[in-house]
Amino acid sequence: MTDDASALHLVLTGDPGLYAIVWLSIVVSMSAVLCAALIGVPCGALLALTRFPGRDGVIVILNAMMGLPPVVVGLAVYLLLSRSGPLGSFGLLFTPQAMVIAQTILVAPIIAALTRQTVEDLWAEYREELAAMDIGPLARVATLVWDARFSLVTALLAGFGRAAAEVGAIIIVGGNIDGFTRTMTTAIALETSKGDLPLAIGLGLVLITIVVAVNALAWGARRAGERYAG
Amino acid sequence: MLNRRYLMAAAALAGLAIAAQPGFAQEKSIVVASTTSTQDSGLFEYLLPLFKAKTGITVKVVAQGTGKALDTGARCDADVVFVHAKAQEEKFLAAGHGVKRFPVMYNDFVIVGPKSDPAGIKGMKDVGKAMTTIMDKKADFLSRGDRSGTNSAELRLWKASGIDIDKQKGPWYKALGQGMGATLNTAAASNGYTLTDRATWIHFKNKQNLVIEVEGDKRLFNQYGVMLVNPAKCPSVKKDLGQAFIDYLISPAGQKDIAGYKVNGQELFFPNANDHNA
Repeated sequence: MTDDASALHLVLTGDPGLYAIVWLSIVVSMSAVLCAALIGVPCGALLALTRFPGRDGVIVILNAMMGLPPVVVGLAVYLLLSRSGPLGSFGLLFTPQAMVIAQTILVAPIIAALTRQTVEDLWAEYREELAAMDIGPLARVATLVWDARFSLVTALLAGFGRAAAEVGAIIIVGGNIDGFTRTMTTAIALETSKGDLPLAIGLGLVLITIVVAVNALAWGARRAGERYAG
Repeated sequence: MLNRRYLMAAAALAGLAIAAQPGFAQEKSIVVASTTSTQDSGLFEYLLPLFKAKTGITVKVVAQGTGKALDTGARCDADVVFVHAKAQEEKFLAAGHGVKRFPVMYNDFVIVGPKSDPAGIKGMKDVGKAMTTIMDKKADFLSRGDRSGTNSAELRLWKASGIDIDKQKGPWYKALGQGMGATLNTAAASNGYTLTDRATWIHFKNKQNLVIEVEGDKRLFNQYGVMLVNPAKCPSVKKDLGQAFIDYLISPAGQKDIAGYKVNGQELFFPNANDHNA
C-alpha cells in the first residue's frame, strides 16, 4: 500500500495491495475454519453421543479452550515450526500455511464445543427414534450432524469470526511480511505502529464490512438450504 | 445421512485452499529479520522493489526489534539479519550464528517529548544531562523495554550518564515492551519523553504534541549492520541469495539508493558501508 492514502481511497481505486491483503485474510481464515470443521465437528458430535468416565472434565476443558489466548498458540506454533524446532524441516514458519495451522488450533475447539452442545440437544430430542433405528454409534453421529447442519453454520461462523479477528497468533507465525503474510489485522497493527491512525481505523472498517458480508452470505445460504430441504 | 462425498469435497477444498496460497509459488526469495525502524520508516517499501528489479529476488522482511531479530536468525528462521545494536551483533557473531558483519548506514537517535517540555530539557546539547534532568524532575519517560536496538541505546545512555536505571527508576519510568511506533503513540497520548531513531520519527504520523527536544550529541549515533546467518550452522540458509542482498546494500548502487530515500525532502538514512569501523 502506498503512503498518504485513506482506506476509502484504497478501496475505491482498487488498490492491488489492499485487495491482496483482503484476499489473504479471507483465504487464511476460511482455510482454518474448514480444517477446524473437519476436526471439530466429528469430535464434538462424538463427545455429545458417548459416555465415559471423566467426560465432564473433557467438556469443561473443551469449553475453556474456546478462550485459548492467540498469542500463546502463536508462540507454541512458532516454536514447533521454527527451523530449530521439531517440525522445522518443513520450512513452514513465516508462510500462510503456518497461519492456517495456528488459526485451526484456535478455531477447532470453538467448533467442537458448539457442535457438542448442538448435537447433544438434538440427541435429547431424538434419542428414542434413533435407538429404535438400531444403528451403530458412528452412523448416529452422522445422522445427528446432518440433522443439525443448519444450526452448525452458526458454529462455523463463530469460528470464522475468531479467525478473522485475531492478530496475536498470525503476526508471530506469519511475520507480517509485505505481500506474503500480511492480513487485514496485521496491516492494522502495522499502520497503528506507523502512527497512521486514520488508515488503521479505515482498514478496520473494511475488515468489519467483510465479516458482515461473509455472515450475510452464510445466512442466505442457510435460508436457501432450509427452503430446499423443506 | 452425511454423505461421504461432502466430506471428500470439503477435504479437497481445504487442500486446494492451502495449495492455492502464494507460499507454494516457486520464486527466488529470502527472509530478512530486521528492526521495526527500517520498516516503520518506509525504507524497505522503497528499497526492496529496486533490489528486486535488479536481481529478481523477493525479500520477505520480518520486522522485529533487534533482540528478537537476532533470535530469529539464531534459530535459523531468517537468511539475513539487518539490525542496529553493534554490541549485540558482535555477540551474535561470536556465538557463530553469523558469518560477517557489514556496516550499511547510520542515522541518529533523538529524544522527543511534549511541546510544553515539563522537564525543561529542550535544546540541551548533552544527552546525559538531559536524561539526568528527566530523572530528577520525575518526568514521564517511556522506554521500549523490548531488547531492541533503540532500547539498548537508551540503556547505554543511562549508564553513560552515571545512572543505574534498574535501581533508580520510579513510577515515572515506564517500560512498555512495545515497538517504536507503539511507544511513540503512547508518548503522544501521555505527554511523555522517549528515545526514538530519527527515521521512524520523521515518518511517524501521530506526533500530536510531541517535538524533538534533544538532538545532535554524538552519543546519539545509530549504526545499522547486516549479516548473513551462518550456513554452516543453518543449512536452510540461502547463502547465495542472502549474500546478493548484502552485496547490494553495501555496493555503490545500493548505497546511492539508500541515500535517495527521502521523506518531506529529508534524508532518513546515511550510507556508510565504507567506514569499516562503524
